[in-house]
Amino acid sequence: MANHSLSSRRQTIVAIFVAVGLIFLGRLFYLQVIDDSYELSANNNVLRYVTQYPARGLIYDRNGELLVYNEAVYDLMVIPRQVKDIDTAEFCRLLGISHEGFATRMIKAREYSRFKPSLFEKQISKETFGYLEEKMYRFPGFFVQPRTLRKYPRPMAAHLLGYVGEVNQSVIDKDPYYKSGDYIGISGIEKSYEEILRGKKGIKIRMVDVHNREVGSFQDGLYDTLAVMGNDLHLTIDGALQEYGELLMQGKMGSVVAIEPSSGEILAFLSSPTYDPNLLVGRVRSKNFSMLNQDPVKPLLNRAMMGQYPPGSTFKMVNDLVGLQEGVLGTRTFYSCQGPGSSPIRCTHNHQSPLDVYVAIQQSCNPFHWHVYRSILSNPARKNVRENYVAWRNHVMSMGFGHKLGTDLQFELSGSVPEASRFDAIYGKGRWNAMTVRSLSIGQGEILVTPLQLANSAVVMANRGHYYVPHVVKTVGENDTQSGRFKKVVSSIDPKHYEVVVEGMRQVATMGTARWYQVEDISMCGKTGTAENPHGKDHSLFMAFAPADNPVIAIGVIVENSGFGSTWALPIASLMIEKYIKGEVSRKDIEERMMNGKIF
Amino acid sequence: MARERNNVFSNIDWTLTILYLVLVLIGWLNIYAAVYNEDHKSILDISQSYGRQMVWIATSLFLGLVILLTDARFFSTFAYVIYGLVILSLVAVLVAGSEVSGSKSWFQIGGFGLQPAEFGKFATNLAIARFFSGQHVNIKEFRTRITPLVLLGIPALLILLQNDTGSALVYSSFILVLYRLGLSGNFLLAGVFVVFAALSTLMVGPLYVIGLLAVLAGLLFAFMKRNRRNILNLAGLLLLGIAFIYTVEYAFEKVLEPHQKTRINVLLGKEQDLRGAGYNVNQSKIAIGSGGFFGKGYLNGTQTKYNFVPEQSTDFIFCTVGEEWGFLGSMVVIALFLAFLIRIVNLAERQRSDFSRIYGYGVAAILFFHFMINIGMTIGLVPVIGIPLPFFSYGGSSLWAFTILVFIFIKQDANRNALL
Repeated sequence: MANHSLSSRRQTIVAIFVAVGLIFLGRLFYLQVIDDSYELSANNNVLRYVTQYPARGLIYDRNGELLVYNEAVYDLMVIPRQVKDIDTAEFCRLLGISHEGFATRMIKAREYSRFKPSLFEKQISKETFGYLEEKMYRFPGFFVQPRTLRKYPRPMAAHLLGYVGEVNQSVIDKDPYYKSGDYIGISGIEKSYEEILRGKKGIKIRMVDVHNREVGSFQDGLYDTLAVMGNDLHLTIDGALQEYGELLMQGKMGSVVAIEPSSGEILAFLSSPTYDPNLLVGRVRSKNFSMLNQDPVKPLLNRAMMGQYPPGSTFKMVNDLVGLQEGVLGTRTFYSCQGPGSSPIRCTHNHQSPLDVYVAIQQSCNPFHWHVYRSILSNPARKNVRENYVAWRNHVMSMGFGHKLGTDLQFELSGSVPEASRFDAIYGKGRWNAMTVRSLSIGQGEILVTPLQLANSAVVMANRGHYYVPHVVKTVGENDTQSGRFKKVVSSIDPKHYEVVVEGMRQVATMGTARWYQVEDISMCGKTGTAENPHGKDHSLFMAFAPADNPVIAIGVIVENSGFGSTWALPIASLMIEKYIKGEVSRKDIEERMMNGKIF
Repeated sequence: MARERNNVFSNIDWTLTILYLVLVLIGWLNIYAAVYNEDHKSILDISQSYGRQMVWIATSLFLGLVILLTDARFFSTFAYVIYGLVILSLVAVLVAGSEVSGSKSWFQIGGFGLQPAEFGKFATNLAIARFFSGQHVNIKEFRTRITPLVLLGIPALLILLQNDTGSALVYSSFILVLYRLGLSGNFLLAGVFVVFAALSTLMVGPLYVIGLLAVLAGLLFAFMKRNRRNILNLAGLLLLGIAFIYTVEYAFEKVLEPHQKTRINVLLGKEQDLRGAGYNVNQSKIAIGSGGFFGKGYLNGTQTKYNFVPEQSTDFIFCTVGEEWGFLGSMVVIALFLAFLIRIVNLAERQRSDFSRIYGYGVAAILFFHFMINIGMTIGLVPVIGIPLPFFSYGGSSLWAFTILVFIFIKQDANRNALL
């Protein structure tokens, strides 16, 4: 029966089988070996990357006192797709939210993604977390993610420390490290040391099944990375001094900055009015922020770096130094100060006349400094007033005025020492002279300094001609001392000229405007200033360093709208110096008067 | 004859038998991997499908043994009776069966379900073999063509009524048997053309297919003997093809309801439906594609184990092979299947009885159809048609049915010398 012509059809049939087999192999080769997008899809299916948030680094003061630490909080997260059959009423009651609140949160989460976790309620308290934890199994789709928040055991230095908040979209777009919901330092040290403090996020890779139930870790955690805690910072700040300064400044507007002259380390850095840094943490932050932001006394403004004031008489030594360097002023140069006609600028003090530079500083004589200034600008060694002014300005700027000092904090303002071109613009080129810009001779007019610059100028005096870039961080982590980072800056004035003005400053404290606030056993050198303020009462200024021969602290104090430098700024500075050098203050009456003094 | 009857096992083809055992064993291991459950680690755990599959394997082997011990002539003699009984059960399941996932095709007996449709395959194969081994059959005659169409049509129709399209389509595989019996190769070509043209028309639109057709015709024209008859034939075929393509297009656009169109589009991958058929194929491709060259290793597959692939122990069992054993393992499995099919064809050709040979080709055709559709579906070459991968897919009915199908042939082959 077998039909032999037909049995050859076996080959055709076998060929069909083999052809299909080969097509399959080709397709499999493409799917499995060539195209690797499937592997990615498979991973997306099964792997869930859970971020492990590191705790931010701790912050200590220069003596190892803890200033900032972390507290655990819990973010309640939701994966909308997994939320099924939950007792909404009970859930809302546990969280203390309304039904509408629940609904809007769910809608928002769903809009983001039905499959990915999104934030449902941030930073629930430990107590709420406690209630919730036991009942979590009844609310499928919800889980808590531990986070940390900043906590301040001794609320102080709010402006310096800054605050932390959720990262915004423009940062996320720029820096791939940040993901939505991450925290980032927004101001102060938290901002400028963000990369050191933030640590490193970790990833836990979990495997989930098709219902998004966790079924274990991926390859036993082989690819998991632990979160690395941020590095700790040891500040140059002296916590006790800082705290004391804030007490002294309460009820006043202004700023105190104290610096160690030999290193540029900032010992105290305060802006008043201040606020409790704990206010700008966690869920209450945005509410408190807008409250502080609307406060007319501007507690959020960091006056220490962003407040700009005319230096007033504290600027007089700077002029003297330029005069000495330029050779138009000597220690035996006398000018007379007698009556209204002797100078375009009145003298406000009673003192001998004629007088030399020492007495002029000691008595803060306006006419003397006008004469010095005029002889600088009319120095025949240079072609004209303008060139003399440019030379004057360069000297002034070399002492740390008119430019940012380059601290390790952000948002520093540069103050102002006007350029010659500015006067050209106002008066016309060649049509201005010492007389026109005379107020610069006594630190008024277009010149502006920040409290930081004021304190730094005390450093320059203390060091007889140089400063180190002021900074607030001493060591990063265990032992990175940042050495070499904060450079020494030398002024264009010969150190020997400083001895002259320093002697004047010493006399200020012993015989002059500051004689009522001498500190026992400490030789202080300083200068008061009373800056005319077109907007209101004069600002009270004082800059000083101590002890005279081996200075350990330089300080600048500005108290806004409080009148004479000797009334507020001086006593506060002298108390700070006493506190820092002696550890405690003996002049309790002055201390009490300062602490209780209310100016606004 | 006495000697052979005593040595049932010495006459059977061990190559085929061992290939069968190997495929069944690999299948079982893959079911274990596909639904592997930490809480039930033993492959023999009856509460899990891998444990139950072991029961199906044991009973299948028993069934095979019974068939080997049965007189070979029993199957040819009672072919129509068996066919009739299975047809009756197919009718019965429509009346008394229970519905599982949309198909009314199960008899529920205790905890186990039985699917008569699976048994329709070997029974129909017996009937077809019986019919063509009879006297006075000539495939060229119209009358001879009608009877097998009826024999195939009845079970196919009944299974269609159960809403089990995949199993009904299996009967189209007999075109290979008919081809071997002398049906013109043009039917095979026409069949391939119809399927290809219809699918590609729906997928890429009629113009591309007509373009391809024109290119083919041009090539043919260039190489063929250009006499008037050939040219006319070619032109006629081309016109016929174009007419067919537009008929398909018209039927799809104008006759079908929108939801039917959607379903077909999803099957063809034109529409994404991640919750329906589109989801299955996508996940299946992801599982297989993520296996890479060497695979993720046994029991390390994530896509199948964690249920991303639906039906991962039944229709989509090949995903486990692809994911855990990679391209290498897939190649081995495909090679084993091809070896199995080619072995059957070779054995069929050595049969002296027409019944055995035709039955053998039927076995090869049925298994080939399952192989082609099932694996083709998992790698996205064929629309999702739910039929099992022989010996691999979990399920008692299908394993029993494939075992019976194969062992009747092994028995016939073992007996090939005795019959004449």
